[in-house]
Amino acid sequence: MSVDPDTVRRIAQLARIAVAEDEIEHLRGELNAILAFVEQLSQVDVEGVEPMTSVIPMEMKKRPDIVTDGGIPDAILKNAPAAEEHFFVVPKVVE
Amino acid sequence: MTDLTSLTLADARDRLRRREFSAAELAEAHLTAIEKARALNAYVLETPDRARAMAHAADARLAAGDARPLEGLALGVKDMFATKDVRTTACSRILDNFLPTYESTVSAHLWRDGAVMLGKLNNDEFAMGSSNESSFFGPAISPWRRRAANTPLVPGGSSGGSAAAVAAQLCLGATGTDTGGSIRQPAAFTGIVGIKPTYGRCSRWGIVAFASSLDQAGPFARTVRDAAILLTSMAGHDPKDTTSVDLPVPDYEAAVGRSIKGMKIGLPKEYRVEGMATEIEKLWELGAQWLAAAGAEIVTVSLPHTKYALPAYYIVAPAEASSNLARYDGVRYGLRVPGRDVAHMYQNTRAAGFGKEVRRRIMIGTYVLSAGYYDAYYLRAQKVRTLIKRDFEQVFAAGVDAMLAPATPSAAFAVGEKGGRDPVEMYLNDVFTVPVNLAGLPGISVPGGLSADGLPLGLQLIGRPFGEGTLFSLANVIEQAAGRFSPERWW
Repeated sequence: MSVDPDTVRRIAQLARIAVAEDEIEHLRGELNAILAFVEQLSQVDVEGVEPMTSVIPMEMKKRPDIVTDGGIPDAILKNAPAAEEHFFVVPKVVE
Repeated sequence: MTDLTSLTLADARDRLRRREFSAAELAEAHLTAIEKARALNAYVLETPDRARAMAHAADARLAAGDARPLEGLALGVKDMFATKDVRTTACSRILDNFLPTYESTVSAHLWRDGAVMLGKLNNDEFAMGSSNESSFFGPAISPWRRRAANTPLVPGGSSGGSAAAVAAQLCLGATGTDTGGSIRQPAAFTGIVGIKPTYGRCSRWGIVAFASSLDQAGPFARTVRDAAILLTSMAGHDPKDTTSVDLPVPDYEAAVGRSIKGMKIGLPKEYRVEGMATEIEKLWELGAQWLAAAGAEIVTVSLPHTKYALPAYYIVAPAEASSNLARYDGVRYGLRVPGRDVAHMYQNTRAAGFGKEVRRRIMIGTYVLSAGYYDAYYLRAQKVRTLIKRDFEQVFAAGVDAMLAPATPSAAFAVGEKGGRDPVEMYLNDVFTVPVNLAGLPGISVPGGLSADGLPLGLQLIGRPFGEGTLFSLANVIEQAAGRFSPERWW
C-alpha cells in the first residue's frame, strides 16, 4: 500500500500537525518508504495467531476505585503555558 | 592520586567507604571533566549545585558509617527521566522548559540509595533514533574516533549522551531507556556495558513514554559489575506502573564472577544476516569460543521470524508513539504556538515542537491505526510479535539458557552519514536488538573487541525473562576475555 498527497494531508490533520504544502511530496516519499518496508509482514502466515496484548504474562493488577491523589492544583498547573485561577486557558472554542 | 573519574563505580564505592577521598571530591572531579568535555554535547543540562549538595549529604552518611548502596556515586540521567524541579525535555522542543513536580521511580531509587546527580544526558528526540542526531539540542558526539582520523562519529542512540558520558568518564554510570536497542546499540558503539532488563523489571513511571509495550529503563556502565550494581538499585516493583512486576530484585552483583559451566548458549542462525561484516562475524565466533572455554555448551538455534521483527517494530512502536505523544497539545505543559482557534493552536504547536523523525513516526502511527488500516497493519504486527516471542520461548524450552549475537551490524558511523535520504537505512541498525524488545526479554551489550578502524564492537547476550543474573555472569566471562576499552582523550 502507498499513500497519495491527499492521504498525507489527511494523516497530518488526524495527527494534528500542521504540514506546509511544499512538504507534502517529501513526506509522501518518506512514508511510502516506510510502508514499503513494513509490507513484508504480509508474507507471514498469521492464521489462528493471537495478537500480543501483554508482554509478560501477568494478571491485570487492580486497585480499589478510590481517590489516591489530588488537591495539588498548583503542581498540576505549574508548567501550563496559560493558566488562570486554577484553570488551563485555551483559545476561545465557542463563539 | 589517580584521576577519580577513571575509577570503576565499584572501586569508587569501596574507596569512598574507606574514606580515601570524599564524595565531594568525586563529584568535583566529574564536574570539571564535564566542563572540559562540552564538545561531546553529552550533557544537555549540568546540575553542579545539586551534585554538590547531594555529595555533601553523602559525605555526612559516609562519615557516620551509614552508607547506602550507591552512597556518593556520581551518575548522569538520560533526559527521558522526569527529575523533580530539574528541566526534563526528552530533548524535544515541545517540552520546552518542563519542570517536573515529581521524580521518576527509577531515578528516585538511585537517590534513595545515595547516588549523586551530575546532570541530564542527551538523547534522540523522544528516544526516537539510533544515532542521537535527532535531539533538539544537537547531536551528542562519540568520544571515539577512527584510527588516524578526526571525523566526528555518533555515539549511537537513542541514549547517545549516556553512552558518550560513561565512555568519556563524565560519570561513573548513567541511566538509559531501550525501546528497540537504545541502550545496547550505544553501549556497543562506545565500548561500554549496557543492559535492557526484562519488560516490567524497572518501573516506567515518570519516564517520558515512547512505546509503552517496549520501553524499559536500564543502566550504562564501564564494567559488567558496575552495571549489575546499578540495576540492583533501579529495578523493583512499583504500584504506579501496572506493568511493573512484583518479583524480588536479586543482588545482581553476586552473579558477576559466578561460573557459567554447563550453561547452554544458543547462536541464532537467522542473525547471520546477508552482507554481515566479516569482523562482526569473527567477533561473534570469538565470543562463542570464550564462553565455551569457560565451560558453556554452544548450540545453533533457530528464530525463524527474526526477519519480520524490524517491520513489526516499525508498526507497533510508531502506533504507540502516536498515541502517547497526543498529550503534547500546548495546553498543560511545554510549548504553545498560537493559532486562530484551538485546533490550529494544536497543529501549530505540534508542527513547531516536534522534529522531523518524531513527526514522521507520529504520522506513520496515525496511519496504521486509522480506520480501515488497523487490521492490515497494527493487528497483523501484533500477531507477528506473538510469533517472534514464541520463537524465543521454544528455544528456551529446549534448555537454552541464553543466546549470543552481535549487538550491531557495524561499528559506529559518522555524524550525518545515515538516514538522510531513506529513514529505513537508519532503522536497519536495530536489526539485532529489536526482536528482544518485541519479546520483552533482557539483553546485555558487552564490548568484545575493536574494529579494523579501531572502534568498539559489542556482543549481545539475550536471556530468559528475568534472567538478568545469568546475563551478568556470561557478560563477565566475555569482559574477562576481551578486556576493557577506552577512547583516547581528544576533547
